[in-house]
Amino acid sequence: MASITLEGLKKTYGGNVDAVKGIDLSIEDGEFVVLVGPSGCGKSTLLRMVAGLESITQGTLKIGDRVVNRLEPAERDIAMVFQNYALYPHMTVYNNLAYGLKNRKFNREQIEARVQTAARMLEITDFLQRKPRQLSGGQRQRVAMGRALVRDPAAFLLDEPLSNLDAKLRVQMRVEIKQLQRRLKTTSLYVTHDQLEAMTLGDRLVVLNGGQIEQVGTPMEIYARPASMFVAGFIGSPAMNMLPLDYLHVQGSGALLHDLPENTDTVGIRPDDMLLQAPDSPHFTVEATLVLFEAAGAESHLYVQLADSEQPTVIRTSGQPPVSEGDTLTLHIAREAIHPFNSASGKRTGG
Amino acid sequence: MQTKRMTFPGHWLPYALLAPQVIITLIFFIWPAGQAMYQSLLREDAFGLKTTFVGLENFARLFRDGAYLNSLSVTAVFAIGTTLLSMSVALLLASTVNRMIRSRSTYTTLLVWPYAIAPAIAGVLWWFIFHPSIGVIPYVLDMVGYDWNHRTSGADAMLLVVFAAAWKQISYNFLFFLAGLQSIPQSLIEAAAIDGASPFKRFWTIVFPLLTPTTFFLMVVNVVYAMFDTFGIIHATTEGGPSQATNTLVYKVYSDGFVGLNLGSSAAQSVILMAIVVALTIVQFRYIERRVNY
Ligand SMILES: Nc1ncnc2c1ncn2[C@@H]1O[C@H](COP(=O)(O)OP(=O)(O)OP(=O)(O)O)[C@@H](O)[C@H]1O
Ligand SMILES: [Mg+2]
Repeated sequence: MASITLEGLKKTYGGNVDAVKGIDLSIEDGEFVVLVGPSGCGKSTLLRMVAGLESITQGTLKIGDRVVNRLEPAERDIAMVFQNYALYPHMTVYNNLAYGLKNRKFNREQIEARVQTAARMLEITDFLQRKPRQLSGGQRQRVAMGRALVRDPAAFLLDEPLSNLDAKLRVQMRVEIKQLQRRLKTTSLYVTHDQLEAMTLGDRLVVLNGGQIEQVGTPMEIYARPASMFVAGFIGSPAMNMLPLDYLHVQGSGALLHDLPENTDTVGIRPDDMLLQAPDSPHFTVEATLVLFEAAGAESHLYVQLADSEQPTVIRTSGQPPVSEGDTLTLHIAREAIHPFNSASGKRTGG
Repeated sequence: MQTKRMTFPGHWLPYALLAPQVIITLIFFIWPAGQAMYQSLLREDAFGLKTTFVGLENFARLFRDGAYLNSLSVTAVFAIGTTLLSMSVALLLASTVNRMIRSRSTYTTLLVWPYAIAPAIAGVLWWFIFHPSIGVIPYVLDMVGYDWNHRTSGADAMLLVVFAAAWKQISYNFLFFLAGLQSIPQSLIEAAAIDGASPFKRFWTIVFPLLTPTTFFLMVVNVVYAMFDTFGIIHATTEGGPSQATNTLVYKVYSDGFVGLNLGSSAAQSVILMAIVVALTIVQFRYIERRVNY
């Protein structure tokens, strides 16, 4: 077990593609950090640099207090779970798990003991003598996890390990991975582009965009106070609604918006913060027409057209409110639900 | 698999369309094969005047004939040597080229060229390179104290034909090995690297086992090639000599039949060769269809 420290980590492919543009991040011993960001933002590249599968163009990478920039993957004492699992197709599950131990010169009894322990933990004991192709996707995923934890490495690196599973299995494995990590307390770096995984899995969330860190914090911190319009739009589903401040000055009634931080020209409002009933706290209202009603079981999504605005806007409510398409609604927005942004810099205003 | 079915009006058109292929097969393959089988049961005197039916006598004679048994072992050595050499060199080249990124296609093109050369030309090429008095290699070998002469030394002659035959086959093997290597996901190699396997170990424990289907397929193809498709090379270099040292089964059919005019024996040898081809083909179908190893 060890901490992982990234200092000014950069990756340039072929002299001109900057995939990762200077990342500073320190992951504490035993911490579970989730990397999230849109496709192509450099998540995999960053993870592979930590693993040693990709050379580091610039910066320093430490695992524990060793600088590992130039070490081979095997010498870094990490384990990786690949998106396609990368199980050795010609070996049995047992040998897939044992391979890394054999290479590290563990003796037969140690290998047997460790493989059995890992197999029990992941409930794959029954499949130990099968080849990977004789397993279902979920079972393969478990074997891939087993191969990572059997060596008891200093850190786990996981690159979208659940993205090949169906929705139900994904939820189940997500919970198991979280429990497993809590139990083993192994430092973990987990890449995903799944909202729910990002919010629920990690102790801390790192939002990447274009090879740079947009924001680091606990998932709830990031959800509650997104540091930029990008993060606001990326974390949370459906995405946060963005409205020009001027629009609210004109259309909003009961407006309490003069005390927003300086430079604010855009406000963000989460779909759940646009209420159909007036709250007790100070709030303002806007008029809107219901365009499309989407019932999604426990919650509903209301796609509305704000008065005199082109901006598509979504509302989320619990249950099924008694409204129908074409209705005119009055939306109530509490003052404290407003996220102030500056559209030129894209940043949150007022610190 | 879904294939589109065409229906033809009438009965004669499908047969007419098949006819050319059937006729060619009949004239050039089935009929000579039948002739060979028939001939193998006959004995003809040297002038072709008298033919007698001798049953399996030609076969029995062959297996008592020291020269034929010698030819069997020569063929085995030659086929195994050629297969091993061409496959290992091809695998080495393929794994090297597979690691290149920018220059891959250039090397691939260059390495495929030898395959386009006719066996006889390849033979002549090697005949020159290894010529005891004018060749480059004997000259170099002479400097390190080895007296190369494939006209007197059976071992040298065998080496020469193995080199010449293997060289031509490298291209073919190379292409298959390269394709095989490229179908192995990079993440497997990366996983093995993280699992602490050295590049050497990664090759032998991951890459090579995953290439088994390719290797097995190529092995059969190469043995067939070495046994049946190297007449031109041997004819242009050693002509089966010195003293039968490179007289493979196929070459012996030719020299006994067309030079020695012992048609009955030559036909019996052809029939044995046919049996070998059939056996190899069965092996190939049974195992390749079933995907070796995993
Ligand atoms: N070998 C390479 N050569 C050149 N550019 C590359 C290479 N690998 C990745 N890139 C580029 O680097 C950027 C980051 O890629 P990366 O694979 O890290 O994205 P990602 O965040 O993992 O995306 P995804 O969510 O789709 O997996 C991309 O713009 C990609 O095109
Ligand atoms: Mg990726």
